Amino acid sequence: MRANRLGAALAVVLTVTLASCASGEPADGTGAAQSPTAAGSGPVKLTYWTWAPNMDKIVAVWNQAHPDIQVTVSKQAGGDDAAAKFLTAAKAGNPPELVQAEYQHLPSFIAADAVADLKAETAPVKGEFTEGLWGLVTLGTNAVYGIPQDSGPMMLFYREDLFDKYGIEVPKTWQEYAEAARTVRKKDPKVFLGTFSSKDPGAFTGLAQQAGAQWWSISGESWKVNVADEPTRKVADYWGALVKEGVIDDMPYFTPEWNKALNDGTLLTWPSAVWAPGVLSSNAPKAKGKWAVAPLPQWNAGESHSGFWGGSSTAVSAKTPHKAAAVQFATWLNTDPQAIGLLVKEAAIYPAATKAQSSLGQAPDYFANQADFWQQAAAVSAGARGFTFGPNVGVTYNAFKDGFDQALRDGTPFSQAVQGMQDATVADMRKSGFQLAS
Amino acid sequence: MNRSQRGAWPYLFLTPAIVLFTLFLAVPIGYTLYLATRRTRVSGLGLGRGARREVFVGFDNVAAALADGDLWAGWLRVLGYGTLVLVVMLGLALLFALLLDSTRVRLARFSRIAIFLPYAVPGVAATLLWGFLYLPSLSPIRDVLDIDFLGATTVTYSMANVAVWGGTGFNMLVLYTTLRAIPRDLYEAARLDGASELQIAVRVKIPLLTPAIILTTVFSIIATIQVFTEPTTLRPLTNTISSTWSPLMKVYRDAFTTGDLYSAAATSIVIAAISLVLSFGFLRIVRDRAFGEG
Repeated sequence: MRANRLGAALAVVLTVTLASCASGEPADGTGAAQSPTAAGSGPVKLTYWTWAPNMDKIVAVWNQAHPDIQVTVSKQAGGDDAAAKFLTAAKAGNPPELVQAEYQHLPSFIAADAVADLKAETAPVKGEFTEGLWGLVTLGTNAVYGIPQDSGPMMLFYREDLFDKYGIEVPKTWQEYAEAARTVRKKDPKVFLGTFSSKDPGAFTGLAQQAGAQWWSISGESWKVNVADEPTRKVADYWGALVKEGVIDDMPYFTPEWNKALNDGTLLTWPSAVWAPGVLSSNAPKAKGKWAVAPLPQWNAGESHSGFWGGSSTAVSAKTPHKAAAVQFATWLNTDPQAIGLLVKEAAIYPAATKAQSSLGQAPDYFANQADFWQQAAAVSAGARGFTFGPNVGVTYNAFKDGFDQALRDGTPFSQAVQGMQDATVADMRKSGFQLAS
Repeated sequence: MNRSQRGAWPYLFLTPAIVLFTLFLAVPIGYTLYLATRRTRVSGLGLGRGARREVFVGFDNVAAALADGDLWAGWLRVLGYGTLVLVVMLGLALLFALLLDSTRVRLARFSRIAIFLPYAVPGVAATLLWGFLYLPSLSPIRDVLDIDFLGATTVTYSMANVAVWGGTGFNMLVLYTTLRAIPRDLYEAARLDGASELQIAVRVKIPLLTPAIILTTVFSIIATIQVFTEPTTLRPLTNTISSTWSPLMKVYRDAFTTGDLYSAAATSIVIAAISLVLSFGFLRIVRDRAFGEG
């Protein structure tokens, strides 16, 4: 019927097979290809996979100052696809020397033996980062698998103008948020205070972290998996009840419909991360100047907790013969004041380095109305808590999407979907042979 | 020319085909079979060097794929979807081909191109296009009709609609071309015998079209079994399509989302086997009729 579909299917099969075909080659395939430059007097050439915008401009500054270590940026699509691509390349024996690794994907890179331990090289810069962020690149072990680049502490983004119009106060607790959701529906049945997205496990993870969830942890030689812990179930049931009551929408984020709602004022809040201004400015350009930011509502009045949605580190491929050069670049990129300045200005990231977070000046253009944007972010960041990610986050996140899709479709309890995530995660780890603490 | 020389020539001409076949078909298939018999085994935390190794597991992966409820649920969905697409798309294609071939139709050239054109739109673009028409708050259709196109049951029809829209033109063209190749004097003879246009279509044209109809049916069976583009593209827009909606989506999920190439390879083999059985089974059933063999 449609040759292109056959072709696409064939291409998938070919990619799988060809990519993995090469894994049979000797492990030092990359090394062999590059040893001439290493042995010779020419500059070391490094490839860096990243999806941060304008990274080539930042790398150009490094290249100019370091003629002996030349870095080439290879722009990636980002997200889960980029992680899958890196794992495939590593298995095929030709990974890039440097890779942007999201915190939740780093453990699967480590488990696949695709990234190097940088403990010795990174010892001097450990103090530049908070313990929470550093834990994300060590998984609480003695090794260091990457250098934190950016972080995504979560905040509440809201339509200031419409909050005034409907007479709503910025909610300080989740109870107040639920009340506000009901008020909005009463005042205008076309408008929702917020929406629960079954497509964005990262957002849910951040909200669970805020509530104090610990999905994975390492004790001795075994993993502890507790995705359906009490805080996570509390978060799930909270949103589940609001969706069931009809006061919170169930439209996924990042869809054309969602963009429309952000623009036309039928969606009033978005619990998101510090990088939200970039998304809002491209997806809701018409609403510029109308959005404002506040800390996430709290579970108990007076607390100041948050979680992380996104954020990434720079990791070095396990098989590269140029580890020292690669770490030197990664360290510069994520700790040098000039480099961080460029990262903030050109790549619009929220830096992981503690000092850099407090020295951010002008608010993002989209939030020109909120002069204290970065001060708020730094305050929120100080109270944000994360957890160690496990080696099969892909499975957990996939179970999130399928489970919550089903919960929204069939009206089943959200805590059941959370239990599904736990079961899928444990079953996958058992199947692979991971040691699990009961 | 002596005998040995003559013996070598055919192989020389065959070499490009053999090399391409080996590189791009035999080797990947062989490697898929190999992968399907293997699995990674992790020890302890699975972190650091040497914590993960590949082991031989024989038919375990294939057995697991066969016992997987998700996969069979996917087959069931695809069976429903496929039947719908097959009947509607081929029915429409046949109808259009006959209409275009009849002597009375006007604007034949324009209609032919108009019907064929959607086939030229790539599947992802077509699905996105339709996706926008299905989304509640964006769809102009929803302004008139109050139907949830992405509901739990309607989503299958919505996807079938995309496939029919995209595939009818191609099948219509195959059937139409076959019709044009039929000698016109057959129709004249029928007309002299007093047959109406409808009778000519049903009694003369359709029987002569049977081989072409079978061909398009086999192609369509294979394509619907491999349905992937439509559900994958629509999935971010709705919560009614799971990550294992169709068997091929499960392969993609295993390989690229959950990082289990071995299960993906095993499931691919199961899908290939079922495709073979279905398409050859269909051919066997209709062969006697169509090609006068047996």
